[in-house]
Amino acid sequence: MGTALIDVTERLFERMVREHQNRVFALGLALTGNRHDAEEVAQDTFLKAYRAMVTYPPDRIRDLKQKAWLHRIALNVVRNRARGIKPRMVELNGSEPDQAIGTEDGALLNLELDALAGRVSALPARYRDAVVLRHVQELSYEEAADALGQPVGTVKANVHRGLKLLRGDDDDHSDD
Amino acid sequence: MITLTTDLKRLGEVKAPAGFAERLLAHVGMADSYAPFETVLGTVYVAWNSQGVSCASRSKSAADFEEVFRKDVGRPLVQVDPPKDLAAKINDELEGRHRLRFDLRSVTPFQQAVLRKTNQIPRGEIRPYGWVAREIGHPAAVRAVGTALAHNPIPYFIPCHRVVRTDGQIGNYGGGGPEAKRQILTMEGVRVNRIEELAKAGVRYQGVKTTKVFCFPTCHTGRHALEKNIVWLHDEASARAAGFRPCKVCRPAPQLSA
Repeated sequence: MGTALIDVTERLFERMVREHQNRVFALGLALTGNRHDAEEVAQDTFLKAYRAMVTYPPDRIRDLKQKAWLHRIALNVVRNRARGIKPRMVELNGSEPDQAIGTEDGALLNLELDALAGRVSALPARYRDAVVLRHVQELSYEEAADALGQPVGTVKANVHRGLKLLRGDDDDHSDD
Repeated sequence: MITLTTDLKRLGEVKAPAGFAERLLAHVGMADSYAPFETVLGTVYVAWNSQGVSCASRSKSAADFEEVFRKDVGRPLVQVDPPKDLAAKINDELEGRHRLRFDLRSVTPFQQAVLRKTNQIPRGEIRPYGWVAREIGHPAAVRAVGTALAHNPIPYFIPCHRVVRTDGQIGNYGGGGPEAKRQILTMEGVRVNRIEELAKAGVRYQGVKTTKVFCFPTCHTGRHALEKNIVWLHDEASARAAGFRPCKVCRPAPQLSA
């Protein structure tokens, strides 16, 4: 690949990171339940995206549906971690303290959100993924179905069940 | 819990940690990392990436350095904890042992040639701008060499302070003005006052009677000559006329083919 082409890819990648970093980090937080793992997931997601992008021809990069693509990669990253396939992650140099912790209110909000993320991440994976894509990331059912590779009906059912579990009325949990 | 979906939505609005994008870009080699280092020259801010060291400056603060880097290089930049061996490499390099690679992608090919040539000047020695111009094959581009060195993104490491005016005066310095240039050269063992006295007297070269070789006054091959064998020479023509040939190490003038 020529230097100029690498340059174009790098510009696109940088823009993609800056545009989607919050979304991918939030996805990681909801799926893993803590900020440390969320950052690892987000890093790994973008690194995988980068390694893929440098092998793609320019028109394929241009036509990428970045949002859906990054969601699929992130879901795979989380699944692989759960399977114990520890990605060969290099510790990126030290995280800085979180920017949202500045005011009493901000800190409290973060704690509440982290607690909620913990509960979401503890759901069985199929409900967790469906709820996170639909209600945390606010994808449409069609987009979520696409990212999960499942029929829309399945996603709807899993979202419904997931929300029920989160609300604590899981009386019909044992039948599936 | 009516607010559950609202809370989930808020969870989706969480921000990535500060510096996340920069650390990631640094990891794939698209952003440079930097840190301050304590050196023989005091605190020096140094930026690097997978290609090598890309920028250095004796800035007063991280913010000042980021501004220098933005102007000189312009890539994304992130402050990090440096790799363990980097501080030692930096000090070795500043003490004359080459251990670093340099990333000069931010400057033109001509500037790269000037800087690479300048990096070959040994510690404790100096060369005129005209020498650099001739060595890189652009003997008339003396002024352009001066400009290239004035915009050296990696001063101290690429020793632009070792390049002086062709009349032997020390000249100006982008890394902190003429005084800083004299200071650094003195630290490296150059007898700056003596060099300037010689320059005032119109002396450019040192010849050694026994070997019939003439050198730049700071060339290390001429340093061991006995005082009684040294002659001071004013220009190339009179040196050649007196039977001297140019040193093959410091190359004060082109070798004439025999």
